[in-house]
Amino acid sequence: MMQGHTSLLLVVLPLIFAPITAVLPRGRLTWLATMAVTSICAVLAGMQLMMVIDGGVISYELGGWAPPWGIEYRIDSLNAFMALIVAIIAAVTLPYALLSVEKEIPERQVPLFYSAFLLCFTGLLGITQTGDIFNLFVFLEISSLSSYALISLGRRRQALTSAYQYLIMGTIGATFFLIGVGLIYSETGTLNMMDLAARLPGVADLRTTQTGFAFIMIGFALKLALFPLHLWLPNAYAYAPSVITVFLAATATKVALYVMLRVLYTIFPEGVVAATPTGDLFILSGMFGIISASVYAVYQANVKRLLAYSSVAQIGYMALGIGLGSATSVMASIVHLFNHALMKGALFMAVGALIYRIGSSRVENIRGLGRQMPWTFGAIIIGGLSLIGVPGTAGFISKWYLVLAALEQQIWLVVAVILAGSLIAVVYVGKVIEALYYKPPVEDNISVKEAPMLLLLPTWALVLANVYFGLDTGLSVGMAEHAVETLGIIAK
Amino acid sequence: MSAEQLMMFTLVLPLLGGVGVLLTGRSPNLREAVTLLTAGVTAILVLMIAGRFLAGETFIYSLGEPVAGIAIAFRIEASGMIFALVAGLLWIVTSIYAIGYMRGHNEKNQTRFYTAFAIAISCALGIAFSANLFTLFLFYELLTLSTYPLVAHSGTAEAKRGGRVYLGLLLGTSIGLLLLAILITWLAAGTVEFQDGGVLAGKFDPAWAGLLYALFLFGIGKAALMPFHRWLPAAMVAPTPVSALLHAVAVVKAGVFTLFKVTSQIFGSAYILSNDVTGVLVWAAALTILLASLVAMTKDNLKARLAYSTVSQLSYIAMGAMLASKTALIGASMHIAMHAFSKITLFFAAGAIFVATHKKLVSELDGLGRAMPITFGAFFIGTLSIIGLPPFGGLWSKWYLASGAVETGQMLLLGVLMISTLLNIVYLLPIPIRAFFAKPAEGVHYGEVREAPKTILLAMLITSSACIALFFYPDSLYRLATMAAGGF
Repeated sequence: MMQGHTSLLLVVLPLIFAPITAVLPRGRLTWLATMAVTSICAVLAGMQLMMVIDGGVISYELGGWAPPWGIEYRIDSLNAFMALIVAIIAAVTLPYALLSVEKEIPERQVPLFYSAFLLCFTGLLGITQTGDIFNLFVFLEISSLSSYALISLGRRRQALTSAYQYLIMGTIGATFFLIGVGLIYSETGTLNMMDLAARLPGVADLRTTQTGFAFIMIGFALKLALFPLHLWLPNAYAYAPSVITVFLAATATKVALYVMLRVLYTIFPEGVVAATPTGDLFILSGMFGIISASVYAVYQANVKRLLAYSSVAQIGYMALGIGLGSATSVMASIVHLFNHALMKGALFMAVGALIYRIGSSRVENIRGLGRQMPWTFGAIIIGGLSLIGVPGTAGFISKWYLVLAALEQQIWLVVAVILAGSLIAVVYVGKVIEALYYKPPVEDNISVKEAPMLLLLPTWALVLANVYFGLDTGLSVGMAEHAVETLGIIAK
Repeated sequence: MSAEQLMMFTLVLPLLGGVGVLLTGRSPNLREAVTLLTAGVTAILVLMIAGRFLAGETFIYSLGEPVAGIAIAFRIEASGMIFALVAGLLWIVTSIYAIGYMRGHNEKNQTRFYTAFAIAISCALGIAFSANLFTLFLFYELLTLSTYPLVAHSGTAEAKRGGRVYLGLLLGTSIGLLLLAILITWLAAGTVEFQDGGVLAGKFDPAWAGLLYALFLFGIGKAALMPFHRWLPAAMVAPTPVSALLHAVAVVKAGVFTLFKVTSQIFGSAYILSNDVTGVLVWAAALTILLASLVAMTKDNLKARLAYSTVSQLSYIAMGAMLASKTALIGASMHIAMHAFSKITLFFAAGAIFVATHKKLVSELDGLGRAMPITFGAFFIGTLSIIGLPPFGGLWSKWYLASGAVETGQMLLLGVLMISTLLNIVYLLPIPIRAFFAKPAEGVHYGEVREAPKTILLAMLITSSACIALFFYPDSLYRLATMAAGGF
């Protein structure tokens, strides 16, 4: 029972503290409380992972109501890994948040900011924990609504329109998901994922089931920002406060991908998915996403936007992995999900450090800062190399497995697209580095100093993680292999 | 020290030196002392390794497995030993040279320069000692990245453009083609370990082997095969010590060395010969030899001319590797060393001329020889060694390459080698000869021109004597080359 309490605490703890932080007196106390909650959650997520790492499953019945009537939290190695990613990223982001938030958010809104942050954190963790598809929708809405609020807190007025844009798209996505869930419920009469998995084979041929499936996939493709449903993402990332960009880029889309995997491999039986063109659609959207978003990234004048487009491209890689549908490729997808959280986390943090100093992330304003902010610059270089996929960094590992998966099935076009994506990444990363180093600094920035330690330490923690997971993949690849086993994907 | 410790320490030492340079950056004298000390110790260590290697010791070390089944591992074998010797021994000479050059030329950002240089050497040694393609690829990419700041060193628009071409072509070919080739090898053979006799035999359909070899051949952009050679002339914007050690020795030799390894230890010469894998591809090398020589003739900029000469000479090694017979392989691996010593001498001389007179163009050098006899004397020796005349080391490698062509019945390729020798004479020999015997242009007087700083002269003397010494004492090199070619 103790096991289950860990899983429940992961969700309940931030949920309880969200309103508490809102009423705490202003000052650093709110930050401290949030910091404590995220750190405890990271430890809990770690403990939870240890419990299921040998293939076990934790099942916790909320309020003692047995599934399928009650809500069940069901943790296997895939959820546990996802929850750990979310919690760790939050715990690393929080030390960074202190100064960055003080700089970017008006003081009176700071407690509300942390409150919304904790709600978003609750929602994301909840999605990873729950074994009930309607409960998942609830957590999805919690995380989405709070992230609209968080994005709108950005310094520029565009933050409002981008939050609004995200709100519209996100709501459409959530509604689609809900419609899908409703259709499937009407056929199966259950909302518990395990129960669904047992009953769906019987109704797999019905038009209603298939329509439901399509609605669910499209709904989450919107949340995932899968090409061509990605249009909300660049603006949202570009205008959100730095901390939120870091957090959302490293977790939100990842959690959406997790749900996709769950729906595809746990809930729906193999036959249903195979009878639809899902795999081909994923491959198509992945390929177009990689190429077009990478090319867009090259032409961005704002580094945050540039990285946001790069995120869309990286989501394309993960989609390719799902689309190819073999054990290796899905493993590559999960590995990339983890590695991408590390690299984008590091990069957005480093860019946040630039913003902290000069208040802008436009390419023409950051000129020459590489010399004045060598540690921030170093972080951008290594993060960028990981994004390109240079050997010795985490990014290389994910590309290695992804190309390997494509080669196994001898789909040469996919191989070419993945490699081309890396090459375009050289161009856009090179653009940022060149601006930072070779251009003479803007006059106002001549006296700019290196970012404060509190921003640099979390950044470098993620940067070093990028190198570490490029050399020792025991955790990342090991966990992904476990997860693939759990999902029951057979080698193609 | 145990064999493993010695090898790993040698790998890490230049890196430590780089850190030392960073820390002592404020005091130039101390900084240069750190560079010289590190380079000196590295040279001694590499020699120690060579001695113990020839005595039959094995050097194997594994750092862990980032990808299941593939380790970051090091193992020294003969061709790697040759490459490590070349890079390790010439680093100290180049360091001596660089101090005179960088100070004589008042270059900026010297701390960054020496740091990046040391890291590059570490990467080159990593390539030399790699036990598998994966490890090699890791250091191959790191070498590209660590030399980028050296290419773009001066920060001028031209340097930035050069740097962009450099990075674009080297990263582009390696990610686009080489990585793909490595993955295909891994998928087909289940291993990317370097093994004598290769790993592909019996596992990879020979019908596709030519295509896979082409992926390697063009993917290894550092071997500068046409049409992917442009980065090398572009890299000439770098300060001369960089062009000398990195773009005549460490980086480019890393390229042909990789090709050599792929030929002898991934494909295996038996597999290549019995399936005629390289029958067509060898002409890519032959064409590069001739075309690059022709381009070199048209270049008036001395460093550009030397760069194209390097492109041409690199293809000698590529051609030797692709002929894949034992003699040809011996010639190829010997040429790695022979060309290194000759070409570095030429670059040293070019830099000495630049420091002393600020002249970059071949056409401006008439009559300068009398004012700078040591410089042009060294240039002359380097030229003769490149051409392959006795008593200079270049003779041996050309000899074996030519014998290899004869052995495999490729008389046309023998012809290519001979024509290229003639072209060498045409584009290189006039430079020292006109410097000594032609009259300076109207109104130019060299009365006040002095030789370059002493450290520069010393470095040139060392390398040009080495060109001669390698003619008389090629035994150890020959032994290593024979081992590298698969026989003892």
